[in-house]
Amino acid sequence: MGGGRRRRRLHFSKIYSYTCGKASFQEDHSQIGRPGFSRVVYCNEADCFEAGIRNYSDNYVRTTKYTLATFLPKSLFEQFRRVANFYFLVTGILSFTQLAPYSAVSAVIPLIIVIGATMVKEGIEDWRRNQQDIEVNNRKVKVHQGGGNFGYTEWKNLRVGDIVKIEKDEFFPADLLLLSSSYEDAICYVETMNLDGETNLKLKQASEVTSFLNEDSNLRDFKAIIKCEDPNANLYSFVGTMEIEEQQHPLTPQQLLLRDSKLRNTDYIYGAIIFTGHDTKVIQNSTDPPSKRSRIEKKMDRVIYFMFFVVFSMSFIGSILFGIATKNDLENGKMKRWYLRPDSSTIFFDPKRAPAAAIYHFLTALMLYSYFIPISLYVSIEIVKVLQSIFMNQDIHMYYEEADKPAYVRTTNLNEELGQVDTILSDKTGTLTCNSMEFIKCSVAGTAYGRGVTEVERAMGRRKGSPLNNEKVIGVNLMEDYTESRPSIKGFNFKDERIMNGNWVNEPHSDVMQKFFRLLAICHTAIPEVDENTGKVSYEAESPDEAAFVIAAREIGFEFYKRTQTSISMCELDPVSGNKVDSSLDPADGTSSIDVICSILTISFCLFDDLDTYCSVNTRLESGLYELLNVLEFNSTRKRMSVIVRDEEGKLLLLCKGADSVMFERLAKTGRAFEDKTRDHVNEYADAGLRTLILAYRELDEEEYKAFDEKFSEAKNSVSENRETLIDEVTEKIENDLVLLGATAVEDKLQNGVPDCIDKLAQAGIKIWVLTGDKMETAINIGFSCSLLRQGMKQIIINLETPQIKALEKAGEKSAITKASKESVLRQITEGKAQLTASGGGSEAFALIIDGKSLTYALEDDLKNKFLELAVGCASVICCRSSPRQKALVTRLVKSGTGKTTLAIGDGANDVGMLQEADIGIGISGVEGMQAVMSSDIAIAQFRYLERLLLVHGHWCYRRISSMICYFFYKNIVFGFSVFLYEAYTSFSAQPAYNDWFLSLYNVFFSSLPVIAMGVFDQDVSARCCLKFPLLYQEGVQNVLFSWRRIFGWMLNGYFSAVMVFFFCLKALENQVFNIDGKTAGRDIFSATMYTCIVWVVNLQMALAINYFTLIQHLFIWGSIALWYIFMMAYGAMSPTFSTNAYRVFLEALAPAPSFWLVTLFVVITTLIPFFSYNAIQMRFFPMYHGMIQWIRLEGQSNDPEYCDMVRQRSLRPTTVGFTARVAARTNRINKARNLESHMIQSESFSISVRKCGM
Amino acid sequence: MDIDRGSTSINEEVARSIPIHSGRTKVFYQFTQQNLPACKPVLTPAWVITTFLLMGVIFIPVGLVTLRASRSVNPFSFCFCLIIQLFVVEIVERYDIECVPEVLRGNKVDKYMKAPIHIYYQLDNYYQNHRRYVKSRNDKQLLHGLKYNDTSSCQPEESNNGLPIVPCGLIAWSLFNDTYTFSRGTTELMVSRKNIAWKSDRDHKFGKRVHPFNFQNGTLTGGGKLNPHIPLSDQEDLIVWMRTAALPSFRKLYGRIEEDLDAGDVVVVRLMNNYNTYSFGGKKKLVLSTSGWLGGKNDFLGAAYVFVGSSSVIISIVFLLLHVKNPRPYGETAYLSWNLKSIS
Repeated sequence: MGGGRRRRRLHFSKIYSYTCGKASFQEDHSQIGRPGFSRVVYCNEADCFEAGIRNYSDNYVRTTKYTLATFLPKSLFEQFRRVANFYFLVTGILSFTQLAPYSAVSAVIPLIIVIGATMVKEGIEDWRRNQQDIEVNNRKVKVHQGGGNFGYTEWKNLRVGDIVKIEKDEFFPADLLLLSSSYEDAICYVETMNLDGETNLKLKQASEVTSFLNEDSNLRDFKAIIKCEDPNANLYSFVGTMEIEEQQHPLTPQQLLLRDSKLRNTDYIYGAIIFTGHDTKVIQNSTDPPSKRSRIEKKMDRVIYFMFFVVFSMSFIGSILFGIATKNDLENGKMKRWYLRPDSSTIFFDPKRAPAAAIYHFLTALMLYSYFIPISLYVSIEIVKVLQSIFMNQDIHMYYEEADKPAYVRTTNLNEELGQVDTILSDKTGTLTCNSMEFIKCSVAGTAYGRGVTEVERAMGRRKGSPLNNEKVIGVNLMEDYTESRPSIKGFNFKDERIMNGNWVNEPHSDVMQKFFRLLAICHTAIPEVDENTGKVSYEAESPDEAAFVIAAREIGFEFYKRTQTSISMCELDPVSGNKVDSSLDPADGTSSIDVICSILTISFCLFDDLDTYCSVNTRLESGLYELLNVLEFNSTRKRMSVIVRDEEGKLLLLCKGADSVMFERLAKTGRAFEDKTRDHVNEYADAGLRTLILAYRELDEEEYKAFDEKFSEAKNSVSENRETLIDEVTEKIENDLVLLGATAVEDKLQNGVPDCIDKLAQAGIKIWVLTGDKMETAINIGFSCSLLRQGMKQIIINLETPQIKALEKAGEKSAITKASKESVLRQITEGKAQLTASGGGSEAFALIIDGKSLTYALEDDLKNKFLELAVGCASVICCRSSPRQKALVTRLVKSGTGKTTLAIGDGANDVGMLQEADIGIGISGVEGMQAVMSSDIAIAQFRYLERLLLVHGHWCYRRISSMICYFFYKNIVFGFSVFLYEAYTSFSAQPAYNDWFLSLYNVFFSSLPVIAMGVFDQDVSARCCLKFPLLYQEGVQNVLFSWRRIFGWMLNGYFSAVMVFFFCLKALENQVFNIDGKTAGRDIFSATMYTCIVWVVNLQMALAINYFTLIQHLFIWGSIALWYIFMMAYGAMSPTFSTNAYRVFLEALAPAPSFWLVTLFVVITTLIPFFSYNAIQMRFFPMYHGMIQWIRLEGQSNDPEYCDMVRQRSLRPTTVGFTARVAARTNRINKARNLESHMIQSESFSISVRKCGM
Repeated sequence: MDIDRGSTSINEEVARSIPIHSGRTKVFYQFTQQNLPACKPVLTPAWVITTFLLMGVIFIPVGLVTLRASRSVNPFSFCFCLIIQLFVVEIVERYDIECVPEVLRGNKVDKYMKAPIHIYYQLDNYYQNHRRYVKSRNDKQLLHGLKYNDTSSCQPEESNNGLPIVPCGLIAWSLFNDTYTFSRGTTELMVSRKNIAWKSDRDHKFGKRVHPFNFQNGTLTGGGKLNPHIPLSDQEDLIVWMRTAALPSFRKLYGRIEEDLDAGDVVVVRLMNNYNTYSFGGKKKLVLSTSGWLGGKNDFLGAAYVFVGSSSVIISIVFLLLHVKNPRPYGETAYLSWNLKSIS
């Protein structure tokens, strides 16, 4: 509490020069009370009559699709929207009429089973959502219960007008109006990670009139009426007024706290609820997640339409022939086929009305041929996908142990899409990087310090066997270094004995070094937080890099520990005395020298601050108190940040840090002593994927400062539109003539294994785009660090930072800017394309880097195709400074422009649009913030799991599902076409070949289980091989396993099998005496025999198609066949009125007859020969890639790395990214250089020899 | 020397860190990790060649045996189709004017035929499998007789004078009623008409107490009549006829000659040509045949076995030759579809 109380006296609002503008009555406020702005909130009197009549919705949030009442009709509707299901519904209904060729029950039961299974699945999913809702709605929050007392209540019970008290790190339960906070000036910090994905804290400030309400008791009699806009989805606007004691006060977004954001760094706040439940901006913003369907399923729909076409045309042909046959039955009033009694017939067979009979027959035939359409296809696929997802969730290799998070598949119907991804669009922060910055290197006074190793260097070091022997050694060393000690302090991974432990004082230029670290300790906006027990200081910073700097300064010995609104206090080591005391210390003491010094020496500084308990506990060696005069904040145009302070000696200092692009030009002539070396270092760092900042300072004159201060405060207080430009101009002037100190390098730490993963994905031929909200420099750095960019890659950079446009911006003509910008972007795109075509698709790799502003224009309708063409031609694409909306737009552009599968991966709420837009959205669940995960299709904990998810599971699922669908059509065609052929032999009277129950159970029992087993378990190659030969993934991207050729191939196979089975059976049983008893084969025997053959054929066909035989496969395949025999016996044993012509057919007629078994054997084997031969020939002479891998595995060559490498390399494209490609490129370069060198040496020696000869 | 080392080693570490307690948990672990022990068949040339050879080895003998069995059966058929052009056009008329022609034919037996010699009648172009025809029966009535009154499926032969016809339906109504008597020389051959139907039909599908009391009493007489005093379960002609044929050309068992026939015997058939097949252009045949363990004479199966068996031997040889001649391009990825695409 001590810290909190002390901090309450701070007025942070003053540190910030830009953000905290005062609210004023603007035009918007005049609209209050009009339509769209009609909400009236009675604060603190939610029970009053006026509030009652408004009847605003409660705070209960429902995300479920169905309620108890709507479940049945709604889900049934969903089911029958699928055209195949609708078809079965229609045939099911028709089967109750006279038209049906089979009994109604046998037709309806499979439909009920299938629909029921799907609905149960749907129900379970919705129930889970309901559980989640209940959890959220029952969270507790403190609410004002009158009389200044606060008590807990559930979120769902909150009403508009309630006053709630939110404590640190709690979520806001609804949209609140900030009344007051634990800080005196009523500010609070809000983390809006869940809303926009930004990790830096936002500052909110309450209106002054309510800021006194910072105790529970103050709220007893508080009354106010808030009038504001109606609920809407705009997160960044809010218009309203608050009426307190008949005084109007304006309200702005500055006072609005949004649901699902989190209170940070503030002990508590009070807020009045304005929008509840579905009125809140977050919920208003959340659109129903788009229902995604995979490409394969869409194609499958087309296949089903094709099958419908086949069914219809077959029915049509059948009907015509039937009509003719029927018409011929009566000739001149005389019956031909008298045994059919055509003279007294129902309409269905009436020769006098043959056309009508034909039409009715058409309907009957549609029902009869329904076996062409696999009724159980959808439900089987759904079952298979759920099981596949369970396996993915279970995969131990995608389980993140540290956070206890397995992969979680949320949308199960996209599994096979994972095997077809062509382009990955990745967010950067939190996805590729962990969003934790580590201070890793620095360059002070022209000397580089720090031995830390970056992830990239590590990744490259790991790749052994590269021809660059010297580099390899370095890599290995680096690795060993890395493994020997991991950084124990978050944000600090700096290792250099020359600086650490106070050794820096011995370095040359130790004065510069002192200034350098002082600058790091002072020039920032972080807030220290002191743990009272341990005395350890931690920092709350707006961005993690800033925290990294302060932490670095602390670790080196410049501990910033206290901030007041006008001063910054730090404790630092005196270089001279520190050194001295150090030597006199008892070395046995385990504590580090600095701490010891700190505890021994007391310095008068502590007196400065009244009651500084902290200082008295933990006294410091030497402290500096810096009077903080101005903070010139960082923003993206300035690319730098400065503070102006007065040190203890009264000197005025301007301390500045910024990007190299803006800093070097601001150096004074005298301050450029180390410029060249620093530049070199900075470039080196950047190439190692580090973020660099240049540090510089200058001393100010009193007069100069005064002049500046006047102008600055004038600019700050101006309310005109160009306030920011004014401020910019003023600061521009003062931040000049700087003296260079050095540069820092911070590693935006990549997540574990990211370069590896990207390398694998690139080898698999997947394109990777990075879409980030970060600055271009950072993005490029990360591009380098994860090997998306490399030296020697041609970078095509598109931005609008040209002087011409800047000049226009200053002039402020909007239309001119737009026009000029567009032209500029167009020009840059065309130039890029020209470069691309000039290289002619050769081995040169291009990288496209585009910033958000240019992207705005590039995404416009007339430019976007050109942009896309350019981007597709580049090996890697980086879009920086892009807004969430742009991310979604880019995703859409790639998706619709290339027509390929896109996968978006991200972790923040700013990625939500992108995740929903892409074919597959993957959320990273590793860090806090569940927004992305909630809107993703699959959640994984780490980026690196993507490798396994795509290359292994994706490939498997793609293969399984596509084979499964092909097989489904195959088996149904075999069955359906045999029905058709038989019908042709019954003069197209729609007499089914098989018994009713044989018909209806074929799809459910005798042929489905092996297919499901294949869909769940089959593996063409093992997981290890999938990862070893990433190129295998291209099978999915190119869609070779579900091409029309393959589909039609399988269909043809089906027709072929049906014809063979039918005619062989026919020939074998025709007119034949069936058994020794002299009995002949009737319909019963014929149909049972044919059915047996078909069950065998389709199941054995499955066995031939499977690559991976576990016990389960055996069980299902042989089980299905056995089940058929068991069924025949069981069904045959039922009463003859039920089993009709299947009565005892197996036991009495079939089993004792050798001819039955001989026919079965012959038909089954012969029918399978064509497929078997085809397979054997393909495997032997034209193997597909997976076939090759199977060969390799079979012959034990997978352990022969050289051989594997050969297979792999042969299909590597030169333009890929990733470190494999990077190493390859470098090898190329070096080889070229070597060749050149040797060439030169040769020619030299040649010339020497010539000369010698000449002599 | 292996690029994967990084990632796989991490994975293996994770995998190793899962303690494996017992056999069952191990299997479960393998199951969840999709790592169950499995056989992964690859169609290697060796496999393919062996399979085909094996098929040949099995199929050829089976086919030969089958052929032999088929050859041992000795049928001979009387074809008396279209011998007499009758003036009958309508069944009704035909039965009314009582013109029942009688035909005599004699045939020589060319081989010794061992009893029992099955007598079949064969009808061609007769759609016993027509849906209207197949549906037109009532299994319940056949079993329970008048206790079961709903005969709507039997239309238009469902009732007569308000009483359901027993047995109802088109199948029964169109009962085949040609009759044959056989004689060798001057002695008449005994023809057994019993035991020609499946046992299950007699016992469980046709009632023992159901008598065809009003059969063929309607305005239109179809085929044969039945003795009203014999219950359905003993009317084997009807039972055989009611078991509908699968195809438009079919044979049905008429009876058995219980005497051996010697080669050179002349069998004279006296037949009553009652059944009208002329209106729809059908043919009738009479077949006498013995039966072997495989049934009747049908060379198709045996021939097919031999053919497929020998083909597979040939295929295996061709495959072997191809395999030996063309060394396999192991990892020739250039032929992959996507590589072809990028080249062109």
